[in-house]
Parts: sequence; C-alpha cells; structure tokens
Amino acid sequence: MSSDSAGTADGSDTDRIDADTPADTAGSDETAAEPPLRVENLRKEFGGITAVDGASFAVAEESLTGLIGPNGAGKSTTFNCITGIHEPTAGAVYLNGENIAGLAPNVVADRGLVRTFQIARELAEMTVLENLMLAPQRQQGETLYRSVLPTFRDDVIEEETELREAVWESLEFFEIDHLAEEQAGTLSGGQRKLLEMARALMTDPDILLLDEPFAGVNPSLETKLLDRINQLRAEEGLTFLLVEHDMDIIMEHCDPVIVMHQGQVLAEGPPEAIRNNERVVDAYFGDQQ
Amino acid sequence: MSPDSSPADRLPTDRLDGLRDLLERSDAALVITAMAAFYLLFLGIGAILNYDLAGLISILGQVTFFTAVYALVVLALNLQWGYAGLFNIGIAGFMAVGVYSMAMLTAPPTGSPPGLGLPISVGIVGGMLAAALIGLVTALPALRLRADYLAIVTVAISEIIRLTYNSPAFSTFTLPGGIALGTGGASGIGNFPSNPVRAIYYVDPSSAASGTTPVGTAVFGFFETILGVVRSAVIVDLTYGFVLAVVVFLVYTLLAQEDNSPFGRVLKAIREDEVVAKSLGKDTNRFKIKTFMLGCALMGLAGVLWQGFGTGAVYPQAFRPELTFYIFIAVIIGGAGSNTGSVLGGAVFANLLFLLPQYLPNIIEQTFAIQAAPNNFIAAVGPIAAGEVAPLLGYVLNQRLPALRFVFVGILLIYLMQNRPEGLLGHRTETAAAVDLSEGHTPGGAVRSDPTAPDDEPGGVDDE
Repeated sequence: MSSDSAGTADGSDTDRIDADTPADTAGSDETAAEPPLRVENLRKEFGGITAVDGASFAVAEESLTGLIGPNGAGKSTTFNCITGIHEPTAGAVYLNGENIAGLAPNVVADRGLVRTFQIARELAEMTVLENLMLAPQRQQGETLYRSVLPTFRDDVIEEETELREAVWESLEFFEIDHLAEEQAGTLSGGQRKLLEMARALMTDPDILLLDEPFAGVNPSLETKLLDRINQLRAEEGLTFLLVEHDMDIIMEHCDPVIVMHQGQVLAEGPPEAIRNNERVVDAYFGDQQ
Repeated sequence: MSPDSSPADRLPTDRLDGLRDLLERSDAALVITAMAAFYLLFLGIGAILNYDLAGLISILGQVTFFTAVYALVVLALNLQWGYAGLFNIGIAGFMAVGVYSMAMLTAPPTGSPPGLGLPISVGIVGGMLAAALIGLVTALPALRLRADYLAIVTVAISEIIRLTYNSPAFSTFTLPGGIALGTGGASGIGNFPSNPVRAIYYVDPSSAASGTTPVGTAVFGFFETILGVVRSAVIVDLTYGFVLAVVVFLVYTLLAQEDNSPFGRVLKAIREDEVVAKSLGKDTNRFKIKTFMLGCALMGLAGVLWQGFGTGAVYPQAFRPELTFYIFIAVIIGGAGSNTGSVLGGAVFANLLFLLPQYLPNIIEQTFAIQAAPNNFIAAVGPIAAGEVAPLLGYVLNQRLPALRFVFVGILLIYLMQNRPEGLLGHRTETAAAVDLSEGHTPGGAVRSDPTAPDDEPGGVDDE
C-alpha cells in the first residue's frame, strides 16, 4: 500500500463528489460549525502493514453517515483508532473539536462516542439484562464504598430500579426481552448484534459508531432499527457512523457515504453519486478494463 | 409430591427432593448442612480414635478454624479471580505481609525480635493495609499488561516476600530514628500478643493461671459440671473458631453487597471482555486496582487470623507457594464467581483434603490393627517377600499419607476439570445487580410503573 497518491490539502486522494458534503464544508470553511467527529490524515501501521493510510473525513451532526469499502479497506481499524482501541500511528481524531487520538477507549466513550463491534462482543457469561445494565455511564454504585456502605445503598437501589425500567424498554424495542435472563453467550448471531446495539444506546451517546449492525438481523427488525436511528437523530440529535456491507441499506438510508479503499478515503458524497463513481466501482469489482 | 400428602406418606426420595430444593433455594441452609456433615464426620473420626470430650471439642474447633480461614482467603481470591479475572498466584505472599506486619506492629519493643508494641487492633488494620499496599505496588505495572503478566509478577513477589522474611539480614534491623524491628529470619516471630479471644475467659489473657472472668467461670463451669472435665484451652480454641466464622460471615456479606452492585457488574464485564467494558466508558484499571487491593487486604487479614493467633508464631515456611495452590483448588472446587461456592470450596478443601489426611492414617491403623509401621522404604518393602504387606501399608499410611495430599488434590482436580469444571456452584447464575432485574416487567407488555400493583406477575421471561 502506498501513500504516494495523497496529494490534496487534507493529505488524501479523495473524490469530493458533492461540494455540500460535511467533510468539504469542514475543511474549507473555518466559520462553519465544527462537525462532531472529524478524522484528519489518520494513519495506522501494524509492523510493515499500513491498515489506514492517511484517511480524512468528517461526520456531520445528526447525520447517518455510511462508511463502506471492500474487505481490508481499513474501516474497522479506523473505528478502532477513533474509539481508542488502537493508538493511531499518525493523524488526529477530533471529537467536537478536541483531538482525542490516543485517548483510552473509556475516556472516548465517556465523552459520548460509543461503538459496536464487527463481530458482536457480548459479555457471554452475563445475562442479557446485566449486559444492558452495565452500559449507563457514571452509575453511583460503580464506586466501591457506595456499593457496600448501607448509607449509600438506598441511592444505589433507587438508581438501579430506574435503570432496570429503561433496560426493559430497550429490550422490548429490540425484541429480545424474552431472552432477558439468558446468558448472552447463548444468543444467536443476530440477537447478539441487537444486544450490542441496545447496550451501546444505553450509554446515552452523542455519536454512535455501528460496525455492521444488521448482519444476521431479520429484515423487518432491520427496518424498525433504521426507523429508530432516524428517530434518535431527529429527536435526540444523535449522530451515526455506520459500516455496512449491505449496499441497499447504505444507498437508501445513509447520506453522505464515505468509501475507503486500501486504507484511504476513495470518495465521499451522496449515495447516488457514490453509486456511479467509477473509482468506487473499480475498488469493489476490480478494473474491468 | 402432592401438596396434601402427609409426612408419613412421603417416600424417602420425596424427602430427599425436598432437602435438595431447600439447599438450592437457601445458601445458608447449604452451608449449614455442609458444616453439619463435616462436624458429624469428624466427631465420628474422634469416636473411632476414642477421643475424650475435650478431644472431640478440640477436633470441632479445628474443623471450625480451618474451614473459616480457608473460606476467608478463598472469598478474597474469588473476588479477584472469580469475579474480576485477576490471576493472582501470590496469595501466600500477601497473607505473609499481613501477618508479619501485624507481628512487627504489635510485638513488644523489648522482645526478640523487637516490635512496636502497638495494640492488636492497630496491628490487624496495619496488616491489612500493608498487604493492600504491596498489592497496589504489584498491580500498578502489571495490570496495564495482559493477565498472564499479573500472574508472573504475583508469584515472583510472593517468593520475594517469603525470602525477604526468611533472610537473616532482616532478622533484626533498626529504622531511622533508632526504632528496632525484626522479622526473626528463618526462626520467625513467636512473641505475638496473646489470642484476643482469651480476654473473654481470662483476667490476664497472657496467662491462664491469672484466674477466669465471669464469662470464663460460667462457660468453663458449664462444661465441667454438665459434660465433665474439659481443658479450658480447647474452649478458647473453639471460641476462636466461631469468632472467625463471624468474620467470614461479615466478609461474605460485604462481598455479596459489592458483587450485587454496579461495581460487581463492571468486575464481571472486565473478566468477560475488558475491551467491551472500556468501550462502554468504564475505567477498568481503576476497578482492577481497587479490587486487587481489597482482595490483598482480605488475604492479609486471613493471614493475621490464621497464623497470628492460631499457633502464636509465624515462620516463612508457612507461606510456600503450595498454600496459594491450595486456595486455587478450593476456589475451583466451590466454583469461581460464587461467594457461597467459595465458602463451600474452602470447607471441602479444609476438611476433606487438609484435615482428613492427617487423621486417616490413625483411623486405618486402628481399624486394621497395623502394628509398628517401619520408618523407611527398605524396611517396608522387605517383608513383602515373606507375603507380609502390612508393613508397607503401615509405612505408606503413617509416613506418606499427609505428604500424598498433593496426589489426592491432583486426582480431584483432574476429576473436576473433566466432569464438573464449573465446581460446586459455578453453574449458578448470580446476577450482579442491587435489585432483582426480572421484576418491574410484564411479559409482552409495557414496563410496570408500580411493581406493587396487584394481579401482576413478576418476571419478564419464562421460568426455567
């Protein structure tokens, strides 16, 4: 993989298909509002392999931004670098204007940026209820002395009771309430994906990074989840960055769409333009000529 | 079993089912039943060995003492390993820090080795704090790395601690300011303050000849007049065993509170997948360090209560790595992740694998009338040529059975790993929450706003 082609001002070789795209706006107009998430010249090397090679893009507020690319394009590594699981070799990740590159995952999550994983990482030997109860941030009972001292116990119980109600509501919405007391490791692949998404939402995030959240989820629920995502965007101002291989979902629901290839951002813009972009077609299907 | 059947109609299997139900529902019933079984077993052993009443009370005291101290340290390990997945194989070292710190704080300044002469309560708290601090020093660099590094660091620190206490260099030393302290080197520390329980019975706890307190007079008088003459020392030991049982109960309650809370939930999440816990905003290092320190403090307390007052003396050899191994076996027997399982695992190990092998040779010798066992292998196998196997049997039983404990433990471990890797209670789902999570929800309906509303069945899923 080479970075020779990185020749634009932001260090990438990206087709900015629509001048109104958030990335372009963020990069060219300093007076415009800072997007909640902006990645700049992100680079991640593993030994001799460059997984992310100078990627730059921005995610606009309340958008459902799609991130696509062939296998090995660097999408999940980008997620890992944004969320602190991997420390980038170079580049910056701006969360509400503040560079969070290299911060620990818990600090990133605490600041409102939460993710799900490509391969669902349920907490296998905890129940579905426990998985969701874990998620809310800054719970009173997470302090050792508050968890054991009788003086504080009533407050902890009160908070737990409130969280329990929210958790059951979430489980019902995601249609996994019948599995509430099962060990999460016994769930099917699709159910685990739902559990992960429900758990991530329980953290009350500002930005949610979803890594192939619909893999194994039945179509009717998929529609319901997309409706929910749109509702959360409209009513609570959440921002979503979605990695997905299902092109129908990407093209119908995401705007803009960012295409990664060989660790770089190949193109970004509205779905119709991306669909007709030759470089994107080549990246997915190979150069037909 | 039909609800209207009279007790006389019940088949024995029905009664057993009823007992099984009770034991599955009530942890207290489970522990009490197990302890009753162990008491009966050892009373039977005492009867076979023709012990007098004092001997029987003494054996009950031993059962209580070893069960309690093993349960205490197993609970501490269960917190670290069973709950948070922190692989601490330096348990013996942290116990040693606890008891040695207590000894150095409380030993008289004029003694040999000298101590600070502080009260016992200060010594106990100091021992726990010292163990927690050593735990912190151990954990800080290691917890940032993979779990196996913590294991390597803990086993190393445990041996460093033991060898330091064993070293003649620290047998007696002087701190800046002229304060003299000492570990006693290989000879250890023998000038502990006397067992605090003795203060219940004796006017001067350090001397039984000083006369008895009113409580002592009443209790000793009871045993003397109702049950015949009993040595007062065995009453003191039995009482100490029960005091330890109370400590175990308190620690169990504390840990149950901590486990059934959001704190415990994060620990379980760390054990399951630390990356997920971090990705949900949990500062896992903070949780791990707190848990490791608390576990080490409890190990230090276990060391104090085990070695500090049990024998009245402490030696470095008591903290060899095999002690750590014993505790791990006990956790595995009980089932990692279960506090009740930890108490049961500690009880099973202490009684069946620690105490029983000490009594077994005498029982078998007495039962099979084996005479004068030889004390070397040649003398044991020689008579086989003449068709006599009794000397070899006697040699194995008398000389080697306690030492064969590791073999028994190994066999048990292989059996458990193959047939019940989750241990006695590891299969149970113990939900980490301060409230019953299944409550407040009606199946297929909205969340119940008032959990006390009538005609609402609790539980969101089908019962198993």
